[in-house]
Amino acid sequence: MSQNPKTLFQKIWDSHVVAEEPGAPAVLYIDLHLVHEVTSPQAFSVLKERGLKVRRPDRTVATMDHSIPTKGGYEAADELGRIQLRLLESNAQTNGVRIYGLDSVQRGIVHVIGPEQGFTQPGMTIVCGDSHTSTHGAFGSLGFGIGTSEVGHVLATQCLLQRKARTCEVRVDGMLRPGVTAKDIILAVLAKIGVGGGTGHVFEYTGSAIRALDMEGRMTVCNMSIEGGARAGMVAPDDKTFNFVSGREFAPKGTAWDKAVARWRTLPTDAGAAYDQTVTLDASSLEPMVTFGTNPGQGVAITQPLPMPSSLSDAAARAGLEKSLAYMKFEAGKPILGQPVDVVFLGSCTNSRLVDLRAAANLLRGRKVAKTVRMMVVPGSQSVKQAAEAEGLDKVFKDAGADWREAGCSMCIAMNGDQLSPGQLAVSTSNRNFEGRQGKGGRTVLASPLTAVATAVAGRIADPRVLLNGGQS
Amino acid sequence: MSAPKFTTLTARCVVLSNTDVDTDQIIPARFLKVTDKLGLGEKLFCDWRYLDDGSPNPKFILNQPEAKDTKILVAGNNFGCGSSREHAPWALVGWGFQAVISTMFADIFKGNSLKNGLIPVVIEPAAHAALLAARSKDQNLPVTIDLQAQSVSWPGQTPLKFPIDPFSRTCLLEGVDELGYLQKFAKQAEAYEASHA
Repeated sequence: MSQNPKTLFQKIWDSHVVAEEPGAPAVLYIDLHLVHEVTSPQAFSVLKERGLKVRRPDRTVATMDHSIPTKGGYEAADELGRIQLRLLESNAQTNGVRIYGLDSVQRGIVHVIGPEQGFTQPGMTIVCGDSHTSTHGAFGSLGFGIGTSEVGHVLATQCLLQRKARTCEVRVDGMLRPGVTAKDIILAVLAKIGVGGGTGHVFEYTGSAIRALDMEGRMTVCNMSIEGGARAGMVAPDDKTFNFVSGREFAPKGTAWDKAVARWRTLPTDAGAAYDQTVTLDASSLEPMVTFGTNPGQGVAITQPLPMPSSLSDAAARAGLEKSLAYMKFEAGKPILGQPVDVVFLGSCTNSRLVDLRAAANLLRGRKVAKTVRMMVVPGSQSVKQAAEAEGLDKVFKDAGADWREAGCSMCIAMNGDQLSPGQLAVSTSNRNFEGRQGKGGRTVLASPLTAVATAVAGRIADPRVLLNGGQS
Repeated sequence: MSAPKFTTLTARCVVLSNTDVDTDQIIPARFLKVTDKLGLGEKLFCDWRYLDDGSPNPKFILNQPEAKDTKILVAGNNFGCGSSREHAPWALVGWGFQAVISTMFADIFKGNSLKNGLIPVVIEPAAHAALLAARSKDQNLPVTIDLQAQSVSWPGQTPLKFPIDPFSRTCLLEGVDELGYLQKFAKQAEAYEASHA
């Protein structure tokens, strides 16, 4: 045991403090700043007003993802969207910032392309004006979302004023059963702690079930840390991490790689280091999870009945549950299985990577999307799209009757025209089921890619384990 | 652009008691295509505030006479959860709010609010319940937020201390520009970069 055992978070924090004045937050150095079109325009305006330029364009990467059409290029965007996209291009150009524009064959969702291109590396501090920046913590980095004022701070100074968060270990042990995935782990964590349970904390996911996940699964888990109120979620790097990063365009090469790996191996939390809090979960008892309400903490195992408001003693919580069920048009105490759905969305920074699409396609192969369902598949990046097409996954989706699109955030945030109509019910592999999140009046059930496919085939909310066992759902 | 300032405020309040109000409710994503901060106040709580035909929803609290000229929103627990969009405090400020009182705020929302002169006032659940009770008896209940003293009070309630980041408090009291503050560390940042090259 080391003399002064530290957590992964503490190590990254300590190695990035540039200065700290008494009474003031730490000045934290930011290694990587990811920028997208929606949360950056007003920040670039501040730079312009003050005659400043981006201090480290080499540590800044811009991409278009939120407002972009998934079909038809620029011309398909509405006027405001087009203005926003063109403005990001000109801001990037003026400041010498690398940009993955609409014509880029590598563009995609910011949290997909960061790891994909090798920008995301262990031990880094990574920020973006986007709450799902927690995704990058899967690599043993400290990634968190910031507001637009802070985007301006980082653009201008490469630093950020930050108070140190408390730490919470989320320990997940045991082996997942067939049909149960990383998405179900994080939905179960959120159901346990609620949407505010992690406020003020950074999560570190530990335990055998997390170790057993591939990098994509770890990204799915870390991605939704913010849905529990934690700004960041982290997983200690290991050989899986290094193998994923190795050889990517912006990963270190040659002796720099060897040095980097040696440094990264010192990052995991030391034996004896203390967390401020610990939450535990048994992976072996998990079932596929779905949400039933209007926040990601309102989730149940797919086979379970929906909770009864009368079972809650707290009046505000009871009112919240009643309001959620009323919005969703679900009945307390009844099963969610079998609810007819209108739309199935496979995509988002939570579940749009090649392994997600592969798992979904494997379950869908030889089957059809129910006639009453519109299924939309949106790869996380154009690279994912190309790789999926090289494997013929696009054909599986198209043959089944699904819509195969270009990369983007798409129906996760419904800014680009891909959206639900009022009243429609969707099963979505995305991260938020807030009222109207996928289109005004739309209703969202969050689930894994496997549950999404089983539902698309059945035309109603279905347990993927039935299909996996060769049965009819 | 000058940095926001705040010292004290005495104003009427309006209550939105729902728990876990997310930033998608505060300002729906379809309004995030703006490239400035203008007009967001009109879209605040849009999908609760307006009916499908675009007319004001008479049932929503901000459309009721009691909401007129209020500057303080009394919100339920975990206000501002969800996305990092700074458009949420921009919309609240655009409507005319200068403070939100709750038992807990989501971290990113809290930080964004402080940068826009919108004070997130955290009070204990018992005090929150007392405020709701006092407000239910008097629609014109004046609530005072004193940032210097870090206290919130209303008639019949001795000032309650609320937690706030001391640096943010100083910035708001003195109108300190945070970006300007950060720029003063340019030399240290250069030294940091040199030692981590």
